[in-house]
Amino acid sequence: MSARLRADGVTLAYEQRTVIRDLDVAVPDGSFTVVVGPNACGKSTLLRGLARMIKPAAGSVTLDGRPIGSYGPKEVARRLALLPQSPTAPDGITVLDLVARGRYPHQSLLRQWSVADEEAVREAMAATGVAELAERDVGQLSGGQRQRVWIAMVLAQQTPLLLLDEPTTFLDIAFQLDVLDLCADLHADGERTLVAVLHDLNHACRYATHLVAMREGAIVAQGPPAEIVDADLVKAVFGITSQVVPDPQTGTPMIVPAGRETRREHQDVAARAATGP
Amino acid sequence: MNVPTLPTGPVVRTERVSVRVRPRAVTATLALIAAAVVLGALAMTLGDYQLSVGEVIGALTGSGSQAQQYVVLGLRAPRVVLALVVGAALGVAGAVFQSLARNNLASPDLLGFTTGAASGALVAIVLAGGGPAGTTLGAVVGTLVTALAVQALLGGVVGGYRLVLVGIGVNAVLAALNNLLILRTDLQTAVAAQSWLVGTLNARGWPEVVAVSVALVLLVPIAAAGSRRLDLLGMGDDVARGLGVAVEGTRVATLLVGVALVGVATAAVGPIAFVALAAPQLARRITGTTGPGMLAAGLMGAVLLLAGDVLGQRLAAPTQFPAGTMTAAIGGLYLVWLLAREWRAGR
Repeated sequence: MSARLRADGVTLAYEQRTVIRDLDVAVPDGSFTVVVGPNACGKSTLLRGLARMIKPAAGSVTLDGRPIGSYGPKEVARRLALLPQSPTAPDGITVLDLVARGRYPHQSLLRQWSVADEEAVREAMAATGVAELAERDVGQLSGGQRQRVWIAMVLAQQTPLLLLDEPTTFLDIAFQLDVLDLCADLHADGERTLVAVLHDLNHACRYATHLVAMREGAIVAQGPPAEIVDADLVKAVFGITSQVVPDPQTGTPMIVPAGRETRREHQDVAARAATGP
Repeated sequence: MNVPTLPTGPVVRTERVSVRVRPRAVTATLALIAAAVVLGALAMTLGDYQLSVGEVIGALTGSGSQAQQYVVLGLRAPRVVLALVVGAALGVAGAVFQSLARNNLASPDLLGFTTGAASGALVAIVLAGGGPAGTTLGAVVGTLVTALAVQALLGGVVGGYRLVLVGIGVNAVLAALNNLLILRTDLQTAVAAQSWLVGTLNARGWPEVVAVSVALVLLVPIAAAGSRRLDLLGMGDDVARGLGVAVEGTRVATLLVGVALVGVATAAVGPIAFVALAAPQLARRITGTTGPGMLAAGLMGAVLLLAGDVLGQRLAAPTQFPAGTMTAAIGGLYLVWLLAREWRAGR
């Protein structure tokens, strides 16, 4: 398995708070890698570390065989794009102008709107279905449309690697599936590698080709969802009792949390085991 | 794939250059230049010594009478040009700070940078006896120290009200410091310092014009080159870095450019209020763009300050109001309107 983007022994910290310690991960080329885990387990931090938003306190992030920090800023931006959580659109910007900003790493002071730029923006807008919104004000779009516009912006960067931090948060279920379908389409031709942080485990199992399950800053398991997801993993990662059954629609693992009564029984058993008879 | 063409507007492409032309921004920029020329011509003709446009042109080309040449070249031309270059410096500085802070209220006057520039200049005048170079250096250092202190107090990107409150505090402390500095000095220096503190284009001449022009020529290209990066920074650090912007470098470079512009402009004419606040916003409004737009902001600043000075001279003639007082009076109303609008928008 080849991996253009990988982290070896990385420790990622904000100021004094270490979130991730000594972690190894390799993003398989051509995969749709999804990172899951409970709140504050460090999944967004990992993504930000892979996208050079945080400098590792130890270890290294490698892109195409070289430390990611050794590239120039625009050079990295031509290979790897990141859509962070809740980006801010400038007041009154049009959809076209926002998507066009994705071309920045390909432009210079004199060359600001080449034929290639125009082509890339056109393709990105067509792929995300926002072409007919070109002249609309981004601030006046629905949440789902706006997220498509942001994805179009990072697509216009035309990078082989695309990192998305919780692209479905704050969207209703229809828009969530919409965005995930879009991600699946984007990686379908095998030329693009996608990494996304997702909250919904069932969505992750449906769409991911490679799943990374994290807890407390460490990776608990990684691999194709069908191979690694079972009740034990769900318990180890999220601490809940569940049943894992085949998804009736797709056959991928589907997590059905245990009912309230069953979960309570388990807790009682665990409590008795801990205190002794 | 059958996709409609993009509504990009006109595009200019040659072998090495390609750029989107925004007709509205071009029109607005030309209109601002025209406004500056008309206002400048008006300012040259008005005054106790009335001149026609023809006489002004005559004096400028060296064919008028000695009196006319003195009035035009010695008094009015430097004043008009100084208003234009100082206004431009403040407009560009305002655009830099507003986009750095991602806040339309983050202008050097509201945040106390201008008062800090005055403190620095006063320290230079009182302790080192002044001199143009010393005053300018003092003003730039004063601006820089104030800017760094305000940044530390704010600790990152913050909302409008907190910004204004910090600005009020910083302004009050520095104004008190300025008073103290003036009280400590002898009468003659105090009078000179006080008249400078009002912010006036009176009794300034070509040396000030040259100092500010040199700063503009050196610094505005840096600001303009950084304007796209500042624009991207407005979408958040992560988005900007993801697009290949050297975030820290851009921030430091543009901050220094803004600080130097405010320092040099303030050293030349004293603190001028609200030009830096209003110019970038008005420029954005008439050009219809979202970015900092350094050129338009600079032109707008130039027009605003010149208009303020012409008004101040002619409004209640023969009584003359300093340009700084005029811009403060007009700008104060603008600020009230702006805050009321933000308040209604619930921010």
